[in-house]
Amino acid sequence: MTLNLDAHIPEGPLADKWTNHKFDLPLVSPNNRRKFEVIVVGTGLAGAGAAATLGELGYNVKVFTYHDSPRRAHSIAAQGGINAAKNYRNDGDSIFRLFYDTIKGGDYRSREANVYRLAEVSNNIIDQATAQGVPFAREYGGGLDNRSFGGAQVSRTFYARGQTGQQLLLGAYQALARQIHLGTVTLYNRMEMLDLVLHEGRAVGITTRDLLNGEVSSHSGHAVLMATGGYGNVYFLSTNAKACNVTATWRAHRKGAAFANPSYTQIHPTCIPPADEFQSKLTLMSESLRNDGRIWVPDAEADNRAAGEIPEDERDYYLERKYPSFGNLVPRDVASRNAKTVVDEGRGIGPLNNGVYLDFGAAMERFGVDTIQERYGNLFDMYERITGENPYEVPMRIYPATHYTMGGLWVDYNLETTVPGLFALGEANFSDHGANRLGASALMQGLADGYFVAPSTLAGYLADWLGTDAVPTDDPAFTESLNETKDRIDRLMSVNGTHTVDHYHRELGKVIWEDCGMSRNRAGLERALVQIPEIREQFWSDVKVPGDPNGWNQSLEKALRVADFMEMAELKVRDALHREESCGGHFREEHQTDEGEAQRDDENFSYVAAWEYGGEDIQNDAVLNKEPLEFENVSLTQRSYK
Amino acid sequence: MSNMLNLTLKVWRQDGPDTAGQFQTYKTTVSDDASFLEMLDYVNEELIEADEIPISFDHDCREGICGSCGVMIDGQAHGPQRGTATCQLHMRQFNDGDTIEIEPFRAAGFPIIKDLVVNRAAFDRIIESGGYISVTTGAAEDANDIPIPKHAADAAMDAAACIGCGACVAACPNSAANLFTAAKMQQLNMLPQGQAERYTRSNAMVEKMEQFFGSCTNYGECQEACPKEITIDFIAMMNRDYVKSQLVNRRRLGQKKLG
Repeated sequence: MTLNLDAHIPEGPLADKWTNHKFDLPLVSPNNRRKFEVIVVGTGLAGAGAAATLGELGYNVKVFTYHDSPRRAHSIAAQGGINAAKNYRNDGDSIFRLFYDTIKGGDYRSREANVYRLAEVSNNIIDQATAQGVPFAREYGGGLDNRSFGGAQVSRTFYARGQTGQQLLLGAYQALARQIHLGTVTLYNRMEMLDLVLHEGRAVGITTRDLLNGEVSSHSGHAVLMATGGYGNVYFLSTNAKACNVTATWRAHRKGAAFANPSYTQIHPTCIPPADEFQSKLTLMSESLRNDGRIWVPDAEADNRAAGEIPEDERDYYLERKYPSFGNLVPRDVASRNAKTVVDEGRGIGPLNNGVYLDFGAAMERFGVDTIQERYGNLFDMYERITGENPYEVPMRIYPATHYTMGGLWVDYNLETTVPGLFALGEANFSDHGANRLGASALMQGLADGYFVAPSTLAGYLADWLGTDAVPTDDPAFTESLNETKDRIDRLMSVNGTHTVDHYHRELGKVIWEDCGMSRNRAGLERALVQIPEIREQFWSDVKVPGDPNGWNQSLEKALRVADFMEMAELKVRDALHREESCGGHFREEHQTDEGEAQRDDENFSYVAAWEYGGEDIQNDAVLNKEPLEFENVSLTQRSYK
Repeated sequence: MSNMLNLTLKVWRQDGPDTAGQFQTYKTTVSDDASFLEMLDYVNEELIEADEIPISFDHDCREGICGSCGVMIDGQAHGPQRGTATCQLHMRQFNDGDTIEIEPFRAAGFPIIKDLVVNRAAFDRIIESGGYISVTTGAAEDANDIPIPKHAADAAMDAAACIGCGACVAACPNSAANLFTAAKMQQLNMLPQGQAERYTRSNAMVEKMEQFFGSCTNYGECQEACPKEITIDFIAMMNRDYVKSQLVNRRRLGQKKLG
């Protein structure tokens, strides 16, 4: 262990930590803020929220996105909702309960102080978004409506039809647009970050490629905020947007930022099963569907009768049977694993026997078709467009797919990584969801980090640098990074092999899904650790990237991203192999209870695994650093949703 | 079970904004379970393996929500299926033996970048001109302090569903962006929170829109093409607010001088 993993958790009682910390943090006075240049990478909820807020505060912000517009960031695809501890339903919710549910849902692998802060600011997020004009669903009296979500026994999820992520992102985007208009924020669109620049050990800028003309350039600032999302596309097939990638975080990792818990991946239980080998991505159906849909498979194996022909007493509502108190609303990891179990038993349904039913028959009988249409109409329509089946008539077919990554850059309580001046926000960091994220918590975390946490903690870092200029981009630190990046591009272009980038990405994805997906074991992980370097070697010796690097080149964009996935994948598997326990989304077959539930080992694994980059031989060179997790306010229990 | 479709594609190829483009013909065979973009992926894989330059097209979420994708398919923005973005269009909408013509969205306000990719930055400029409610982070009151009637919240959501894809502009004979601008504006103008800036917003967004796009003459093609089926009722509401803004803003200007 060589890194200092001080999380800088403030002293004092849990409920006072954030308030006290905000008071203790150094400030930058309003007239000094314009003297600081801040780089924000990414324009999802966390990035747009932070850039807008920092602009409002008076900092000079440069915000980067590889999209044509900030509004396209993948936060936009979140459907179901956002949690907050408002307790508008008077059903016993509180900040502490949201904190408790999140810690428990994360299987006790996250930091108490961070999670409590998340629960604490959740209410401010709802207020903020409402004031921005986000059209949350309302009740007839004009108050905000709520729905319930997996892993909770209260109704605390705010939503805007099935497009909550879209509406929250557009709220943040519009706040950002206002700042761009006012000139506090400069937008760099279609610009992809390809490297982090360090000067005397701290983050001072980034190297980017302009996707329109291929120009590689340097940008400097007093601090760098990365809100660049997760690494779910390492699986090739996932619910992530096609461009989502690990490059920004991986490049920062190579420059010294520790990567925490890369094995933690959330497999979302309700996605549409793959139809054929052309499949380019998987589509998620919101978890909110589990509120009213009942999940089942036939009792018998290979029962290929149509759903309607299978009588009630030959159906196995396996979640309701095994988990009577939570039923269909068990957390995502539990729901996913159980789906895998029944499909592996040969009871899968659909043309490829690769799914389970999500049935709204009973709900339509109870509430009427109109109510179901009101609640889920757009999701039902989407399902029909993709599958050609009408879910008002036949049950939906669903199967788990990779959806979210809980791991990410290690950050302290201030969201600062192990590289001074480099902050990681939203899904790009590891901090709040432990080994499993509860539904409707990703939007909450992205906006909490962007609107409320980073703008405060960043001032604490910047205050020390008052009176200094940003390192100029003609400094050797920048030119070195620029040259390294150009070399990497040249190397990719010059391979001129036989197979496309997607070909290798698919190969990689198959290995990771098979051996480091919903369920993992030593033999499979060790096999993957042999296969991944082989695929990487083939990629670098036989990939074909057509076109010109000095211009628009979507193949090159992909190649740069996949090259980094090839490296990151190895660290991910290495992490999964070392964690000899099951927790949340990390299910090691060797470690399960007699009933087949995840078995944690709190004595030996109650820590954050923060990997330090050691060299090109990733699995052997990576250095494991441990941040012990201490629980003072909750007692660790084996999660039970029975 | 899936069927295979033999297709002839006529695809617009153009190297850059300032070069001439032309249609090129490709033949391919894909499953009718594939999405339209998966079909293009497949063609691109074949092109790359044959040492040709793949077709550029914008896309990202492939769930019909990010608004990145969008091409003209046989002359229709996003193709033949109503209320469906290109990424959610599936090949079962086509028949074996079909010839499909694929072009970029065409409008002076959307210059072509390459092949099927266009520059829609003008939409960002319209939002920047006033498509927001000016509320600083942390300055909000409790969300339930302002009751909003359900029908008003629902109507705002109908407008807010816009994904900013630009199909409305591409479908319009005048290349007008009134549906986009109206949807973004009216979402805010209908809510109590949006009232303070209602008329400055209405004026600013319309003026900015007119710098880039043509004028609306009520063809209504936009609402037919819109993947979120946003109606032109919002354009009527925008027109009312814009006209009113000419008076209200002038009166306010007068008040400012007096005050």
